[in-house]
Amino acid sequence: MTVLEQEISTTRGRTIPGAPTRRRRNRKSNWWALLFIGPAFVGLAAFYFWPIVRGIEMAFEKVGAFGGSSWVGLDNFVTVFTQPELGGALLNTLLYAGIALLGIPIALVIAALLNTAGLRFRGTFRVIYFLPVVTMPVAVSLVWRLLLNVDNGIINTVLRGIGLPGVAWLSTPVVNVVVVALVGIWMGLGTQIIIFIAGLQGVPESLYEAAELDGAGPVRRFLSITVPLISPTTFLLCVLSVIASMQVFDLIYLMIDPATNPAYPASRSMVSLFFEKGFMTHDQGYAAAIACVLLVIILILSAIQFGLQKKWVHYE
Amino acid sequence: MPHRFVVATSVAAAAAVALSACSASSSAADGGLSKGPVTLNYAIWDQNQQPALKKAADEFTKSNPNVKVDIVVVPAKDYWTKLQTQLTAGAGPDVFWLNGPNFQLYASNNQLAPLDDAVGRDKGNYPKSLVDLYTYNGKLYGAPKDYDTIGVYYNKALFDAAGLAYPKAGWTWEEFQADAKKLSDPAKGVWGTASAPYGQMTFYNTILQAGGHIISSDGKTSGYDSPEALQGINFWNDLIKNGSSPSLQQITDTWPGDTFSSGKMGMFWDGSWAAGTYSKADGLKGHVGVAPLPAGPDSNVSVIHGLANVANAKSKNVGWAEKLAAFLSGKQSAEIQATTGTVIPAYNGTQQDWVKALPDLDAQIFLDEAKVAAPYPISKNTAVWNAFEATQINNIYSGKTTPEQGLQDLAKQMNDALAKE
Repeated sequence: MTVLEQEISTTRGRTIPGAPTRRRRNRKSNWWALLFIGPAFVGLAAFYFWPIVRGIEMAFEKVGAFGGSSWVGLDNFVTVFTQPELGGALLNTLLYAGIALLGIPIALVIAALLNTAGLRFRGTFRVIYFLPVVTMPVAVSLVWRLLLNVDNGIINTVLRGIGLPGVAWLSTPVVNVVVVALVGIWMGLGTQIIIFIAGLQGVPESLYEAAELDGAGPVRRFLSITVPLISPTTFLLCVLSVIASMQVFDLIYLMIDPATNPAYPASRSMVSLFFEKGFMTHDQGYAAAIACVLLVIILILSAIQFGLQKKWVHYE
Repeated sequence: MPHRFVVATSVAAAAAVALSACSASSSAADGGLSKGPVTLNYAIWDQNQQPALKKAADEFTKSNPNVKVDIVVVPAKDYWTKLQTQLTAGAGPDVFWLNGPNFQLYASNNQLAPLDDAVGRDKGNYPKSLVDLYTYNGKLYGAPKDYDTIGVYYNKALFDAAGLAYPKAGWTWEEFQADAKKLSDPAKGVWGTASAPYGQMTFYNTILQAGGHIISSDGKTSGYDSPEALQGINFWNDLIKNGSSPSLQQITDTWPGDTFSSGKMGMFWDGSWAAGTYSKADGLKGHVGVAPLPAGPDSNVSVIHGLANVANAKSKNVGWAEKLAAFLSGKQSAEIQATTGTVIPAYNGTQQDWVKALPDLDAQIFLDEAKVAAPYPISKNTAVWNAFEATQINNIYSGKTTPEQGLQDLAKQMNDALAKE
């Protein structure tokens, strides 16, 4: 967002000799823009908007295991709110989302360090932090399951080596959600760092120079210049992180096996519940109703965040 | 990520539609059997069976040169969700594997083509329990492919080290439990056995052996609230409590079959489908045996289950699909699957070849058990109460609830689910 705004403002500020005025140029480009956006929009409509509309519709239907549906009004929602699973799934999802937010300050610190002028092996570090992002979740989960294995995992072996008891990381309720959230942070860190680095490059160097002349050390410069000036980027990442976390599914499905893990019923997320109902026990109307509830919750959380941003986000 | 998921599946479905449109030529009028080039997709979930089935499919192509068969292996974990999505989109495989728990759901929703004509007189060559399993409203919808029963695999080296006699036919629950306890050696990381939370391999059998049942024969009520069911579950729960079996948390992290394969477990209840794997396992070479199930208060009966090859009712080449499904379960295919030691074929008279292909094991016990085995418990939407089963059994094994309470709750949940079918 900041990057984009920065660009717009620079173009605005500059006057290009011989260039048409802004108004005329805009009117002319509308036509072309439509041509370029058109194909993407068709794809978006077919694969995003239609499924959303159909998903909401399905929440009010009884859907057969192999298609075919009939209108049942609010029945599915009544089931959602009377079955005991929803509360636990919502709490787990909120716990996951809360922990995942901790990735943002970590990403900011790492981004600031990586952005330090004259850092050696900067490219290497960036690649290392970005690697988990481009690794398949299945591979990530498999490796972490091995590391966290209660009997032979490296983590428990190290703990036992220094005289501590091992922990059943993935089959102790709450602990496993925290562990999976930490793996989620690790997986998402690379993207957040890249976005922060882009934002950091938009912070004017002159501010740091002035602060340095006034005797501010690196920590002070970070807290008083970087943190407030980067806050629009931080806000963007917070909103995106919450939206993504509320929809967590893959890591939980892969790391906490629904069939054998005794802690699974106490660790499922909203989307896990959605998947279970829709694809394991063939009740897609019920699943669609869960998705609708989730949609409303995400909208509310995002609205709250937009409301709170006035208190801490600084736009130049 | 529901949206991304929907996108991914729709893209996959669209691609599948496009692919099948390219490969499948329109069927001719002569009884639906096209003489032009036809490609049939055959979906299975077990990589280990692919080589044998490829051979069988090649035989089919030999006698029907215009028909090519593509075997598609889908990992078991995703098999049902993928299949259901594909079929709903009208882009399912032409022939695919189906199991008991899912059969009635597919048959009652008109996804399967009847195979009475294609299987024809061969119908009498399959065990009756399997023909019944795949019959719905009087029509045969699945050609029985194979069957499996459960046995106790044991590690002879660990028995020798503990100075114990090998288990043999006629042994009892008490003997099994005593052996399991003696074989356990926590210091060496060796377990006596494992209470795997999979009904077919473990507690379905013990509940039946105690004289109970999982589901009533009319498929309307649960048998989990009986004293026999409690006995059958306690059999496994006690093994966890007295340290003969790893805890459920350990089982979650390490599949007990792998622990057994690596030589760290004395005995493990597993299906005949695993015989090939264990006889070839590095940690067990030359010292793995298999014994019939030990007898409980009522019997030592094993659950029998088998897969079927079915034809997609909406296949563009449904006639060929029916023929292929029947062929893959027929005599020639059965012989290939038996001689390669892949699975016990369902076709009567070919099973002995499977036993001969596994000379290191007394695999005959699986065939003997089949003669008196009990059918696998199913209903119209088995998956619903299977999910309750998993939750409650896990609660019991992990000590979160007492076996009495857990089974009462399970029976209630299951009865509610059955009432809605």
